[in-house]
Amino acid sequence: MANVTLRDVRKTYPSGFEAIKGIGIEVGDGQFCVLVGPSGCGKSTLLRMVAGLETLTGGEIDIGGRIVNQVEPAERDIAMVFQNYALYPHMSVYNNMAYGLRNRGMAKPEIDTRVQEAARILEIGPMLERKPGQLSGGQRQRVAMGRAIVRQPKVFLFDEPLSNLDAKLRIAMRVEIRKLQRRLGTTSIYVTHDQLEAMTLADILVVMNGGQVEQIGNPLHIYQKPATTFVASFIGAPPMNLMPLGSDEITSQLEAVSGEAGILGIRPEDFLISNEAVPGGIALELTVEAIERVGAETFIYGARRHDKGGLAVRPGELPPGEVIVRIPGAVAPAIGERIRAIAPREKLHLFSADGRRRIEF
Amino acid sequence: MVEHRRFGNLLPHLILLAGVAIVAFPVYLAVIASTHDNTVIANGQMPLYPGTHGLETYWNTIVSGTGRTTRAPVGGMMLNSLIMALGIAFGKIAISIISAYAIVFFSFPFRMAAFWTIFITLMLPVEVRIFPTYKITSDLSMLDSYAGLILPLIASATATLLFRQFFMTVPKELVEASKIDGAGPIRFFFDTLLPLSVTNIAALFVILFIYGWNQYLWPLLITTRDDMQTIVIGIKKIIDVHDALTEWQVAMATAVLAMLPPVAVVVLMQRLFVKGLIETEK
Repeated sequence: MANVTLRDVRKTYPSGFEAIKGIGIEVGDGQFCVLVGPSGCGKSTLLRMVAGLETLTGGEIDIGGRIVNQVEPAERDIAMVFQNYALYPHMSVYNNMAYGLRNRGMAKPEIDTRVQEAARILEIGPMLERKPGQLSGGQRQRVAMGRAIVRQPKVFLFDEPLSNLDAKLRIAMRVEIRKLQRRLGTTSIYVTHDQLEAMTLADILVVMNGGQVEQIGNPLHIYQKPATTFVASFIGAPPMNLMPLGSDEITSQLEAVSGEAGILGIRPEDFLISNEAVPGGIALELTVEAIERVGAETFIYGARRHDKGGLAVRPGELPPGEVIVRIPGAVAPAIGERIRAIAPREKLHLFSADGRRRIEF
Repeated sequence: MVEHRRFGNLLPHLILLAGVAIVAFPVYLAVIASTHDNTVIANGQMPLYPGTHGLETYWNTIVSGTGRTTRAPVGGMMLNSLIMALGIAFGKIAISIISAYAIVFFSFPFRMAAFWTIFITLMLPVEVRIFPTYKITSDLSMLDSYAGLILPLIASATATLLFRQFFMTVPKELVEASKIDGAGPIRFFFDTLLPLSVTNIAALFVILFIYGWNQYLWPLLITTRDDMQTIVIGIKKIIDVHDALTEWQVAMATAVLAMLPPVAVVVLMQRLFVKGLIETEK
């Protein structure tokens, strides 16, 4: 049980590459913190720095009131679950879990109690004598978790633990990890690039990009009030529609908006297909270009008429002029049809022209 | 691709059988010759079926030596060869696995320089550096000793490279998991790396044992005493006798005996050997 505090943590490689550009995060006792971001954003590096597998070139890491910058990984009282599980291939499941305890000189009966308890929680009791090579991906994942649990550490660190599993198992394990963490009450830091995993697991969500924190907070708050266009398009699937404000239909509909605002964002599910007037809101004339039906909901890809582009397309963002509208059910307009999508004023998001700042209005 | 061609399969098999016969016939001849009396062999009329003097010849060869010549019993030579081959095989494995461990898992100044230095020694087998090596061995008064037979042959770039290649396929996370589990470098080496290398070690052992067993030039140079001779040199000495008839049946028995340990090693370790060369799963 411990708080984990990162203060202005920095990592610059000898080549001069700045992987982490000054990050401060506070994870309270028993909280589940998720680091999310695209690949190469530094989230895994940051986690490995907490684990002690990477050195810091600036700042402090504090685990349970102790600065651990110079402390060996084994002495930090952390346990880590790796993406490829990193089980010892030549040891039985039992020994995989017991190894770390034996190295610490724990008494045999105590080791046995802990391993049996972990095996019971994770339902891997019948597999204790098997080797990792004889287990399925999901079972290996459980053993990796077991190896972390038996240590009863202050902090669990997860490095994309579910990305090697198939989609169904991933959802099942996701729920299980959350339940387990609640039950054990152990402070956890979890790295993922999957925004859905991030949203569902996190008490505290940290959205990272390019070695920096874009936004920290409660996942729902981040979803509802993204601080930058990066967060807006990264969190939520399909991503938020971002439209540049210029001299076109959108701008003329938005009165009394500060001149700083350069980008308008609307989430696909906040649209309504309707001919009603929306005082203060936005109405868009769209030509339907594509339709995706997934059963409970339907995504409509529409093109706006007057858009000249002008907004750079980053990965995960929509091409300029394309708007996604999400409607419930499977009844949708035909391709080529003209529709009118409206969004009320309170569902609009405004950002500065560089996308780095949210503007309240 | 499954085709039933009764005669189509016959030709490849005949070719293969012919190949086996060509390889095996001299070995068969050696075994047969070692069971006949020397006079039968010497007059050039040796039959292709086994003779009746087998036990007697092998007893003479291994244990007693022969009165007419100064030939030492082959039993002692086999022991010498065994000690040398085992010493070379285990020594090479021990040194190369440690140096590969250093090169792959530790970052220290001039790591690549160290690697290339080891690599370059591939160009310097014993035959090339034989005079300086002899001088050093002699200065250290290791002539006519097991240490002299083994130590100069013990450093191995090949084995180091093989272990390096294998170590580089060990996932980095395994090292990190060990670190978090509180295992230092020595624990990681013995608890994780060594057990993972077992099949590789076995494969290398087979190759290196045979390499050591077959050494000829180096033992010939540095052993002068009869009781330090290896069996490979023994064969040569038995054939080259002066003022007497070569004891062909003894020479053949010695040759057969010299073949047995390498064959035994290959047979016993065949399964591990193949696994070590093809296994990919970690």
